Amino acid sequence: MPSTATLLSQAFSGFAFGTLLALMSSGLTIIFGTLGFVNFAHGAMFMLGAYAAFVVLTYTHSYIAALLAGAAVLLIVSVILERGLLQFFYARPPEDQLLVTFGLSVMLIEAIRYFFGSDSQRVSPPAWGDGIVDFGGLFYYPLYRVEVIGIAAAFLLAIYLLLYHTSVGLMVRAGIEDRLMVGLLGIDVRKIFLLVFAVGAMAAGVAGVIFAPLSAVIPDMGTPFLIQAFVVVVIGGLGSFGGAIVGGILVGVLLSVTTAFDPDWSQASIYLVMTLVLVLRPRGLFGAVGRI
Amino acid sequence: MSASIAARRGSRWLPEIVVALLLIVLPFGFVAAFSAVDLLTRILLWGLFGIGFDLLFGYSGLLSFGQAAFFGTGGFVTAYLLTNHVLNNVWLGMLAGVVAAMLFGVLVGYLALRRVGLYFAMITLAFAQLSYFVENSPLAPWTGGENGLPGIPPPTIHIGPLLFTFGEGWHIYVLVAALFFLGYVLARSIVRSPVGTVLSGIRQNADRTAALGHSVAGYKLSVFVLAAGYAGLAGVLLGVFQSYMPPDAFSVDISGQVVFQTVIGGAGTLLGPTVGAAVWLFLRDELQQIPGVGSLWMFILGAIFVALVTLLRKGLYGTFAALWQARFMGATPQPQARPQRVARSHAATVLHTPPEPIGAAVTPVLEALSVSKNFGGVRAVAGVSLAVPAGEIYAVIGPNGAGKSTFLRLLSGEMAPTEGRILLRGQDIAGRSVTAVSQAGVAKSYQINQLFNDLTGRQNLRIAALARRPGTLRFDMFRAADSIAEVEDSIAGLIGELGLEASADLPVTTLPYGEKRRIELGLALATRPSVLLLDEPLAGLSPGERQDVIRLIRRLAADRTILLVEHDMDAVFAMAARILVMHEGGTLAEGTPAEIRRDADVRRAYLGGMAAHVHA
Repeated sequence: MPSTATLLSQAFSGFAFGTLLALMSSGLTIIFGTLGFVNFAHGAMFMLGAYAAFVVLTYTHSYIAALLAGAAVLLIVSVILERGLLQFFYARPPEDQLLVTFGLSVMLIEAIRYFFGSDSQRVSPPAWGDGIVDFGGLFYYPLYRVEVIGIAAAFLLAIYLLLYHTSVGLMVRAGIEDRLMVGLLGIDVRKIFLLVFAVGAMAAGVAGVIFAPLSAVIPDMGTPFLIQAFVVVVIGGLGSFGGAIVGGILVGVLLSVTTAFDPDWSQASIYLVMTLVLVLRPRGLFGAVGRI
Repeated sequence: MSASIAARRGSRWLPEIVVALLLIVLPFGFVAAFSAVDLLTRILLWGLFGIGFDLLFGYSGLLSFGQAAFFGTGGFVTAYLLTNHVLNNVWLGMLAGVVAAMLFGVLVGYLALRRVGLYFAMITLAFAQLSYFVENSPLAPWTGGENGLPGIPPPTIHIGPLLFTFGEGWHIYVLVAALFFLGYVLARSIVRSPVGTVLSGIRQNADRTAALGHSVAGYKLSVFVLAAGYAGLAGVLLGVFQSYMPPDAFSVDISGQVVFQTVIGGAGTLLGPTVGAAVWLFLRDELQQIPGVGSLWMFILGAIFVALVTLLRKGLYGTFAALWQARFMGATPQPQARPQRVARSHAATVLHTPPEPIGAAVTPVLEALSVSKNFGGVRAVAGVSLAVPAGEIYAVIGPNGAGKSTFLRLLSGEMAPTEGRILLRGQDIAGRSVTAVSQAGVAKSYQINQLFNDLTGRQNLRIAALARRPGTLRFDMFRAADSIAEVEDSIAGLIGELGLEASADLPVTTLPYGEKRRIELGLALATRPSVLLLDEPLAGLSPGERQDVIRLIRRLAADRTILLVEHDMDAVFAMAARILVMHEGGTLAEGTPAEIRRDADVRRAYLGGMAAHVHA
């Protein structure tokens, strides 16, 4: 049995990772909720954000610039993809949408591999993230990892406010409820779709920027993160914003705390929980009935 | 006549013969050009993997992103058993790997198939990741962890005094090619069989397939386990071929690769995945030789993939096959070569032999006892009762939103009532699945056509007619779907009865609405029900077509019990023996047409200004 301090430290670590996972999953879930498809390229978009952070932090050392660059890169990429290709897939079967975003994900990963190689790149945390936080002598924790929680939470709050406290958000949520009706009311659904896809993609990109100093930056880094985000939305309920946040934190904490007991089974644990949710509550913790 | 039958027999086996010849001849040319028999072996190995995946995705519409779970399971179980000398017979070790993969397929399939579409894809992917992590860490003492398992022995056979070892190069090619051929023959047999017909029904309209009386869950699990078996065999062969089982056999890249190759080659073609594998491995091996471009091979594949998904969803082989068919076989699907063996007079008798037990006329065939259905706080159906005697036409009418269609869904088993009992010949069927209710002899024709759009009218009817044979799940894999005489006879009879002779072999999407409507009715009839539920059978028909359908319904009622929901009052009052008027979920009135006409409540609440019209 691990000590209480170890458990607390692991739980905190998992919470930090979980907020990041929640940010990533929120992008996946709002895109699904509005556009009706699962963006398989979401992991590649996360990776693009991390590379944007790598380039900008290497040349400017400005974390704010890195966040802006991550968001900007994903804004541009998502607009090009949505206008150029994905908008033609809205009327096609969900399998086709999954396949095309899967193909795009491979192209994005391989393009980055071509320019940056397969070697892992290191990104240093910002200067104000250097240091150690003392949690009452129980455990110590790198400052940047504590700050990650605040940064990711701020972005989640921004998405929440955009969706639930603006007139644009009202149209988006109305579009989730009844796409046809919103169109009949004279609202340009195409613009809403583009906006949601861009916001979702930027959520992945920003998550990538925040994550970059915590890990090796490599072209394939998005894939495991994407699969974990899938687990999050299956547990939380696909299309549910609240489900993404609760599911993200749950999965993050679970991954981290189980590591203290048995690292061999830690990764497996989240899939076991997902299985449990599927058996007991197939639509997920916060999923609407009959959405899928 | 006999010559044409011989020609048909020949064309039945033509694809198998062509594949066999290619497997024998191709290596000589291929090896001469690229001096790489191993490349060909790899293509076939992935092609075999892909045949199973194509049964699952291309034919049944189930997009799994987790096939690596079974590929890895097959490979590692065999590798473990053989390298640790648990088994010393290599063939037995290989068999054990395939069986293990299929058993794992039962477990994963049971859980993943609870969901459809995107959820199914994500769940299969997650299970593959689960097995990847379990294989890599907790099971590392058995699987070698990151080192994999080296030293898998090659299988051998003794022919008399001769010992033949399926070792390197040509030797293993012979084994892989032989198994590829067997896998192809089996898959093609399944695709052409009644099972394949039902699977294509599931892909296009799973709900209707279930409503026709097929166990959709059973068929899905069967094809999932079968695909797991193909994946497992491919994994086993990879280990034997390399005499080494690599640790990344479980990785998501493996699952992605089989999806990639299947879509590039063409899903729903069986051979498409092999073509896709050839493109993949060829680009990987050849493109990498070119300086500057080599590292982009995967990017180029990705671009090809995206282009094919966007523009040529049939893939390379699928497009080629379609063009070939259009060029040499005529642009439209061939009319059925089978001669119309059933004359029209025979057709009538086919239609009039429902499985109605003798003596059923004594009691009501179908009874509803204060049936209710609540949706949250809304009471859509509130305590409705009715009793339909055998052989009667019973109509349910009422304004829009009265709960008629919901009531019909309760009777057909599509929904379970919140309260009340539904008796079919005295047996309570409330809460039974739609499939069970259909098997009990109740069929429904829908208000909005629920057809299988990629198929012809005849194939549509075949899916329904196959369900009439007892049992919801039949492993009838080794005969052609159109070879069951009684099924074909009843389809031919129905086509005659419905007046669809000219259009039965055209895709249903190309038909005018009136003919689609008749096929919709035909789907319900083909299951040979004793109770027929018709949800607005006349909706959208022209006056002439209405008269045809009304005449048909009357004919059907001669030895069948019919309950219909309809808005055409003239038709209802002309046909029905009894009428139930629903209003806001409840019963407003029930009785003979004459009684309903006189009923003051009905006049006030429902007929209103139409009362005069009804009198006329």
